[in-house]
Amino acid sequence: MNNIGFLAYLRRDLLLAYRRRGEAASPLMFFLLVSTLIPLGVTPDSARLAELAPGIIWVMALLATLLSTEGLFAADHQDGTLEQMLISPQLVVMPVLGKVAAHWLVTGLPLTLVSPLIGLMLSLPETAIVPMVISLAVGTACLSLIGAMGAALTVSLRKGGLLLSIVVIPLYTPIIIFGSATVQTAVDGINWLAPLAVLLAMLCAAIALCPLAIVGALRLVNSN
Amino acid sequence: MFERDDRNIFEPINFTVDAGDILQIEGSNGAGKTTLMRLLTSALQPTSGSILYKGEDIRHCRYEYLTDILYIGHQPGIKMTLTAEENLSWMSPATCSGDDIRAALAEVGLRSYEDVPCYSLSAGQHRRVALARLLVSTAAIWYLDEPFTAIDKQGVATLQRLMRNHVDAGGCLLLSTHQDLALDGVRRYCVKPHQQRSLLL
Repeated sequence: MNNIGFLAYLRRDLLLAYRRRGEAASPLMFFLLVSTLIPLGVTPDSARLAELAPGIIWVMALLATLLSTEGLFAADHQDGTLEQMLISPQLVVMPVLGKVAAHWLVTGLPLTLVSPLIGLMLSLPETAIVPMVISLAVGTACLSLIGAMGAALTVSLRKGGLLLSIVVIPLYTPIIIFGSATVQTAVDGINWLAPLAVLLAMLCAAIALCPLAIVGALRLVNSN
Repeated sequence: MFERDDRNIFEPINFTVDAGDILQIEGSNGAGKTTLMRLLTSALQPTSGSILYKGEDIRHCRYEYLTDILYIGHQPGIKMTLTAEENLSWMSPATCSGDDIRAALAEVGLRSYEDVPCYSLSAGQHRRVALARLLVSTAAIWYLDEPFTAIDKQGVATLQRLMRNHVDAGGCLLLSTHQDLALDGVRRYCVKPHQQRSLLL
C-alpha cells in the first residue's frame, strides 16, 4: 500500500469510468439534451436567446455536474475501498484529489469541450465563446471539488441526492455568479478577465480547502 | 505490540502481540471483533486508552505504522468492473511488477482469471482476489477480519499456509474467525461485550 496516491486513484477512477462509459456520459447527454430544449421552450429568436445564453449554459453545466457527484464516494463506501483509502499511510488528501480530478476529467472537461456547440445553438456571440470555454473549465473544476464535499457528507445515505443538493447549491452560488459574469461581460464587450480572475482564485481556495473538508467528512462517516 | 483500554462497547482490552505471533480474536456475534479490528487499523479512534506500535502511540507514528499494516475487512475492497489483475495492481506497492501480481493471483488459485472482470467471479473468488494482497504486501502486521468467509476447503488450507509463512518470516497476524485453525501456537483473545451495555441503552 506504499505508493497509492494521487496518480493511482486518478488512473483507477478513469478506468472505472471507461468501463461504465454509458453512466459516465450521462451528465454530458443531460447537458446536450436540455440545452436543445431551451430554444424550443423559451424562444427561437436569436437576439433574445443570446441574452439568456450565458446564464442558461452555466445553470445547465451546474446541474449536469450535480447529477454526477452523488456517486463519487458511494461505490467506494459500499465495497470497502473507502476504508482502505482512509487507512493508507500517506496523506489522504492525495487520493481524494485524484478522485476529484478523475471526476472533473470525466464530467467537467467534456462539458467544457462541447460548450461551444451549445453556445452556437443558443446564438451566443462569437466573442464570448473563448471566455465561456475558459470559465467553464475553471468553474466545473470548482463544482467538482465542492460537490465532492457534499458527496462525502451524504455518502452513507441511500437516497442522499436531495440532501446533497441542499448542502452543495448554496456553495455553488459564487461559482455560477462569477462564471456567468465572465461570459456576460464578454458578450457586453467589457474586459472579462476580472470575473475570471475571481473564479480562478476560488479554484485555488477550493483545491486547498475542499480536500481537507472531504477527508474530515469521510472520516466522520467511516467512524460510525 | 499493542495495548489498549477501550470504550464501553466492550470490557477493557489489553494485549500485546510480538513478531511471530498469531492472535485469534474470538467473541460472540456483535461482541465487537470488527470494531476492535477497525480501532487497531486507526479507522476508529479509541475514546480512552491507546495503541502502541514499537512502544510508540500510533497517533504519533501514523506513517510508519500504517505502512506496516495490512487490513482486509468484511468487504473485500475490490471493484466489480475491474479485472482481478487491475484490482490487485492498484492496491499493491509500486515496486510490484506485473509478474508479481500474476504470480500472486496464481498462488490463490486464480490463474487464467486475471483478465476476467470481477462481477463475473463468485463471492469466494472475490475474497481470493483480496487475499492475494497478502502475497504482494510488505506489511509485517496483518489484520484479517473473518478471512475464511466464502472460501472453500482448499482455499482455507492455502490461506493457513500463507499465514504460517508470514509468521515464520517474523510477521504477526491478528485474525477474527469462528473456525478452528490448523496452525500451532495460536493465541486466543476473547472480546467480551460490556456488561453495562443493556442498562445504558
